[in-house]
Amino acid sequence: MSMSLDTFKENARIAMADQALQVELGRLSEGFPIRRQKAVDRMPEFEQLCNQARDIKNHVLANLDLYLENYEARVKEHGGQVHWCRDAETARDQILKICKATDAKTVTKSKSMIGEEISINGFLEDHGIKPIETDLGEYIIQLRGETPSHILAPAIHVSKEQVEADFRRVHTDLPVDRDLEDPEALLQEARGQLRGKFLQADVGLTGANMLVAETGSNVLVTNEGNADLTYALPRVHIVIASIEKIVPTLEDASTILRVLARSATGQDISTYTTFCTGPKRLGDPDGPEEYHVILLDNGRTKLLGSEFEEILRCIRCSACLNHCPVYKAIGGHAYGSVYPGPMGAVLTPGLFGMEDASDLPNASTLCGKCESVCPMRIPLPNLLRSWRTRYFELKPARSFGQYTLSVWAWLAKKPKLYHTISGLFMAILGSLGRKNGRLRWLPFASGWTLKRDFPTPMGDTFIQQYHGGARGDASGQWLREIKNE
Amino acid sequence: MSKSIMVEHHVGLFVTCLVDLTRPSIGFATLKLLEQTGCRVSVPERQTCCGQPTYNAGDRKNTVDIAKQVIETFEDFDYVVVPSGSCGGMVSLHYTALFKDGDHWKTRADKLAKKTFELITFLSDIIGSNMIKGEYNRTVTYHDSCSGLRELGIKAQPRNLLEMIDGLKFIEGAEAEVCCGFGGLFCVKYPDISEKILDQKVDDILKTNADMVLGGDLGCLMNIAGRLNRRGFDKEVRHIAEVLANMTQTPGIGAPEKVME
Repeated sequence: MSMSLDTFKENARIAMADQALQVELGRLSEGFPIRRQKAVDRMPEFEQLCNQARDIKNHVLANLDLYLENYEARVKEHGGQVHWCRDAETARDQILKICKATDAKTVTKSKSMIGEEISINGFLEDHGIKPIETDLGEYIIQLRGETPSHILAPAIHVSKEQVEADFRRVHTDLPVDRDLEDPEALLQEARGQLRGKFLQADVGLTGANMLVAETGSNVLVTNEGNADLTYALPRVHIVIASIEKIVPTLEDASTILRVLARSATGQDISTYTTFCTGPKRLGDPDGPEEYHVILLDNGRTKLLGSEFEEILRCIRCSACLNHCPVYKAIGGHAYGSVYPGPMGAVLTPGLFGMEDASDLPNASTLCGKCESVCPMRIPLPNLLRSWRTRYFELKPARSFGQYTLSVWAWLAKKPKLYHTISGLFMAILGSLGRKNGRLRWLPFASGWTLKRDFPTPMGDTFIQQYHGGARGDASGQWLREIKNE
Repeated sequence: MSKSIMVEHHVGLFVTCLVDLTRPSIGFATLKLLEQTGCRVSVPERQTCCGQPTYNAGDRKNTVDIAKQVIETFEDFDYVVVPSGSCGGMVSLHYTALFKDGDHWKTRADKLAKKTFELITFLSDIIGSNMIKGEYNRTVTYHDSCSGLRELGIKAQPRNLLEMIDGLKFIEGAEAEVCCGFGGLFCVKYPDISEKILDQKVDDILKTNADMVLGGDLGCLMNIAGRLNRRGFDKEVRHIAEVLANMTQTPGIGAPEKVME
């Protein structure tokens, strides 16, 4: 499934009509948020740790150049190479160059959102190199020819039954009577398929949850251990990471790790946490011979110093997606971007341009749940609102809604006229629907009455009544009582 | 009773545009609650809207103009009380971000922010009201509106105040803290998504089997009542102020006029 940005409303409609998808999205509320809450409850100092994590990233963003250069120097000391890439194209070309230099036929790949951001799989395929996803979720969506619908659980939209069908379709050696009912059996089947591929791969491509400036290490967090086989077995290890992934020290990395797993999956720590530092050293029994880091900007430096800088603290834990009522209603594909949900709605116009993305920051109730669960304390509703301001300034009052709003604002600034006109309107609406208490249809507000009745205004406005001397409703004798006390 | 101490407070009542236009009974209930605590209450006629719709739509210029008007109208009161979490939050949290440091409007916005309170927080946290009394033999559930809950920390206060009413039985909804899908203009801009979120809210309310739904924000309550009605349920929906003030003689939100007997 591939949906585009500019058809957001249609995407959302399709997603909400997709019964199978809705079943999977329904499970989301029962999974991650509950596990996260339990993990947080187990750790009294969680909120304090989040503050520390926020401070670490703020410090990094204020000194990004310094830490990136330190990081590069450490990587070089260990015999690795750092490739600075301004955009997706440069990054893809650099990866291809490294693959070609080692005459790579297949590339194993652990989960990487940067990989998705630069669409590396399709690019490698176009150049005759076969990318093989080794994370179970990524493996599934690769088989299905889809993009991830969630930044942590890429195949969250796919049911167990669909996975079984996909495996039977693609794994032609699979005996018909083989039992794949159980998720565990599906995992074993995928592992069996992947085992040989790990050994054959020429290049292992991984992402990085963090880059540590102090040591020149990249941090890999998984629950399947696939990243370890991806980087350790092939001759060449390529790390693809964006510049804001940097943290100063190992101590800082461990602070962020402690909030990451809890916020993401509700684990105290992920099953596998690996620090890779350069290629195989003399005497090391295994490891890659070459170690490359693709350091990607792709629009991030434009966000530095802007009102959107705080989104660069994001550690991709997905808590904001998991708790977002809009994400849970429509799923990730409807956003039409690599990054869905609240963090994606902030990041997408920032990284990939404002064009076509105006629905993303607007399609939020600004309920604030995302901000309340964000371990990096990113003020997501404020950032969404800042995008709305940018869009508004781009083309004020074009749509009917914006026009109505500007009339409202004009009126709100003229209290006398406002009270006269609104009083008149309310009197009319009141007389139309007071008997039933509701109106089933309203002109100019069909967006409302399409889905719900409109509770009828009572008639005279409060200001009219109050300044006309009224105090309380018909049976409210309270004022006199108080005054007589 | 602490009336003599409280009489010093001069409170400006900002009823909010939704209450003013569609449900004055909430305004009168608020007035009653405030005067019961001994506050002197004034209702400036110059009040209109707090600017939240333009603010959330990204229209900064109009928002700034409206904010200045609200600041001018209300800055001389000891307190400003708003029977809405989102409008209260707009004044007490967001106005300050509209102005640059050094601008006298920012200083004035900050000053106003410090003395502006949502009604329920004002009654519980500032006044420490123990004047709520009465008997009301109904079961109620409560919708925690997002801005009130997450911006202003309103959670225990309404429940504590309701507890003071004899006979009232409180039933907590499992998803009381989940958004109702209103989101201001969101609900008319994305009606399908809003409906989906709203239906989950309505289902959760129905599951409680409570006689009525209370809340502190009229926008959410109109949204919930409108959907309950559309789905054919006549559950009573009210602003908490009406119950606390013992002013429930009017029909609930979206309910038909009572026939005089």
